[in-house]
Amino acid sequence: MSTLAQKKGFGAVLWDYLTTVDHKKIAILYLIAGGFFFLLGGLEAMFIRIQLAVPNNDFVSAGLYNEILTMHGTTMIFLAAMPLIFAFMNAVMPLQIGARDVAFPFLNSLGFWLFFFGGVFLNLSWFLGGAPDAGWTSYASLSIASEGHGIDFYALGLQISGAGTLIGGINFLVTIINMRAPGMTYMRMPMFTWATFVTSALILFAFPALTVGLFLLIFDRMFGSNFFDPAMGGNTIIWEHFFWIFGHPEVYILVLPAFGIFSEIFAIFSRKRLFGYSSMVFATVLIGFLGFMVWAHHMFTTGMGPIANAIFAVATMAIAVPTGIKIFNWLFTMWGGSITFTTPMLWAIAFIPSFVAGGVTGVMLASAAQDYQYHDSYFVVAHFHYVIVGGVVFALFAGAHLYWPKMFGTMLNEFLGKITFVLFFIGFHLTFFIQHFLGLWGMPRRIFTYLPGQGFETSNMVSTVGAFFMAAAVIILLINIVITSVKNEKVGNDPWGDGRTLEWAIPSPPPFYNFKQLPLIRGLDAYWLEKMEGKKGMSPAEPLGDIHMPNNSFIPFVISFGLFVAAFGAMYRAEHSWGIPVLIVGMLITLGSMFVRSVKDDHGYHIHKEDLEDTNDKGVKA
Amino acid sequence: MKRLAKWRLFSLFAMMALILSACSGKPYLSTLKPAGEVAQTQFDLMVLSTVIMVGVIAVVTVIFFIVVFKFRRKDDRIPKQVEGSHKLEIIWTVIPILLLLILAVPTVSATFKLADVGPMEKKNEEGKTDALVVNVRANLYWWEFEYPNQEIITGQELVVPTDEKVYFNLIASDVKHSFWIPAVGGKLDTNTDNVNKFWLKFDSEKAAEADNYFYGKCAELCGPSHALMDFKVKAVPRDEFDQWATAMAEVKEPKKAETDLAQAGQEVFNNSCIGCHAVTPANTAPEAARLAPNLTNFGDRDRIAGILDHTEEDLKDWLRDPETFKPGNKMTGTYGELSEEELDALTEYLMGLKVMEQ
Repeated sequence: MSTLAQKKGFGAVLWDYLTTVDHKKIAILYLIAGGFFFLLGGLEAMFIRIQLAVPNNDFVSAGLYNEILTMHGTTMIFLAAMPLIFAFMNAVMPLQIGARDVAFPFLNSLGFWLFFFGGVFLNLSWFLGGAPDAGWTSYASLSIASEGHGIDFYALGLQISGAGTLIGGINFLVTIINMRAPGMTYMRMPMFTWATFVTSALILFAFPALTVGLFLLIFDRMFGSNFFDPAMGGNTIIWEHFFWIFGHPEVYILVLPAFGIFSEIFAIFSRKRLFGYSSMVFATVLIGFLGFMVWAHHMFTTGMGPIANAIFAVATMAIAVPTGIKIFNWLFTMWGGSITFTTPMLWAIAFIPSFVAGGVTGVMLASAAQDYQYHDSYFVVAHFHYVIVGGVVFALFAGAHLYWPKMFGTMLNEFLGKITFVLFFIGFHLTFFIQHFLGLWGMPRRIFTYLPGQGFETSNMVSTVGAFFMAAAVIILLINIVITSVKNEKVGNDPWGDGRTLEWAIPSPPPFYNFKQLPLIRGLDAYWLEKMEGKKGMSPAEPLGDIHMPNNSFIPFVISFGLFVAAFGAMYRAEHSWGIPVLIVGMLITLGSMFVRSVKDDHGYHIHKEDLEDTNDKGVKA
Repeated sequence: MKRLAKWRLFSLFAMMALILSACSGKPYLSTLKPAGEVAQTQFDLMVLSTVIMVGVIAVVTVIFFIVVFKFRRKDDRIPKQVEGSHKLEIIWTVIPILLLLILAVPTVSATFKLADVGPMEKKNEEGKTDALVVNVRANLYWWEFEYPNQEIITGQELVVPTDEKVYFNLIASDVKHSFWIPAVGGKLDTNTDNVNKFWLKFDSEKAAEADNYFYGKCAELCGPSHALMDFKVKAVPRDEFDQWATAMAEVKEPKKAETDLAQAGQEVFNNSCIGCHAVTPANTAPEAARLAPNLTNFGDRDRIAGILDHTEEDLKDWLRDPETFKPGNKMTGTYGELSEEELDALTEYLMGLKVMEQ
């Protein structure tokens, strides 16, 4: 790290991360926090599977089971999958477009800390009277009836972390629109960047629906309104609409970046450019667009009537077309290529059959009349785990192995990586394939136990055994991370040897300013083009000059912390006299720090040309 | 070529049939053992979509294996960089659209067919419908079944005639539940806001295979005992149903206990239970006052609380501590501790609450 590279104490490193606005360090923060919540959600999943291993089990009680299933879903979606995706977006996207950072580094940091404090708040419910217990969907009649503060933790926690996500999405949009390097036209952007772009647009339009829904829920539960009380003229179905207008695009928010990561992997490890790049872009945009037209397919049994059901059924089926286009494009990217089976590529290859299986059951679910049978049964559980694990989680594992050298400068062990892959792949199909049949045999989802004599025993045991395989795989990944970090063998710019996009043209990890000189982009797969012409790196698009960098700031942490405090005040307002003062103090911390940010000019600093010249040789060596 | 295609289609169907028959679940519970027109329609759609989807998977799998085996890296050459192929891309856009149309047309037609509740709206001069209508009210964690034409109410065990359309009005009185009889047809939610309507048909032959009892489930998370909110469906021929309905309607006054023990039980019941549980089937009390399942024909039923075997021992266990069997239920703590003598008496009385002579 150029002139600043000195050994720092633990306190200094901690302070650096608490105040950092560097997209690469924020990516690491997202990776650590998301990884932690992923382990937590995984632990909850294990409790679920242990409880369901045998009929009439009493490993956990009925009420506790509902808390665990709610927190498993909520944690995995909001606090694990999304942050981990944000980690890769932050780490890679600015590098892929040849930018020195995101458009608003301060907001990037704020987005992370809001997510983090929201997630911590939500999980503190375990220690403060019980976690939310109305499912991650938190349907209004049940969530209003739920006693204790569980649902309050859910609503307030998600509100805070949701604000962080929204800020992150806007930031990525602006970054991609404004900060592409010279020559990087839209149709030269790497597929992962395109996925980030469309995903951010989805976040921009989908999250406000959740925000509104959560505010209504907060008002109903904490401030005496009656939006969801039919007896008082409210309506619970409105919540279902709000939730799914957000909730369905959310699926694409998760899976489009996964598609992006796989698109990169297929191209790199087949040594071939992405087949049908422009139709891939078109398909991504179309999926994003259609994703907003289909939310009510989650509500076929709510009683919307045959006209609405038929329209949403056909609209949902339409999504299969662009998704199919993508699958075939990936297959034909590999066709005629020179495939090498590295760990990321194994995940990508396994993704195709797994995700296709999830996709076809999606079409079956889209068919409204048969969905009446599948809805809220284990068939649905199997379907969305095939999509989210087979699509998103596979991509996260693949991305972790692929980008680990770019983020940390060292490679994860390939042998251990492959063991993780094999165990997880077997465990995944063992756990979830049989659940299709459990659903068809009449097992509803979200049940804490089942009576013997209904034909569910063997299959549930099989499913539980599979879950242990997945747990073992994750443990081996953790061991792999520890071993790799201890060894810390440094790698060069392009450790996989076949990198195609800009991020592989610069050192691993990149210097904090990313590009000494912004690169000139001459086509799709910019770095590959240069390599094929025998050049070592990118041609610069500008002369060497001063680089303007933002200053670190502790304010994002404080803003987020204020909301965290205020949330406690809002929640305990009704039963404790200190509620209102705490609410006010929390808001004052947040608004005060925002005020400080507004009036205090922060112009950043410049890295001088001369300092950059000093590091010239180092850069080449690395 | 044509013969080959035919043979492949046939073998595909044969394989599907084999798979489905090998693991199709219990006749009283499984959606793969359809026992009525609704479930049959849905099952046919399942088979159609599964065949299409297996076809898609087969194509993907073939390309997948060719790719993975044929194009492994053998030397260090750089493969030709292909931009794409318009012809191929059009093929894999158009064919899926056609496949989806094949599925979309029957889907839309079935969706409308299953939602046709016209006959339950047509009232005759008496204000009753010619079709059999059941008002289902879902509660934490029990079900009430009201027959408006017959003017009777029962709970936990739905009795229906076979081979005719039965129409349902569905509502929930506390939180949202969902009404599902997997073997007979898909589910429909019981909302707190509005009445949902649909119909089901119970096939007599399939009912006989299932010993005339189908399992019903709550399919929407509703609280701790969501998993235990089962009900049973007794599907009987029309004349037997009529006998049952008449016998029920004849109970105008609470049935007098016959033995001394049962009389003692009735006293306990009148002191501790009658505030919530009715033992007459008339639907005169307002919904809000019907706090617990109607017990008029409790002795005829197949389960206690929807989940326990219908034996005296299980009934006593349930009465001693309902909380251990259905956590979060609304019965726990609403009556005092019962002595063993009171339990014996109450059990004798409850088991004697029958309307059918057998």
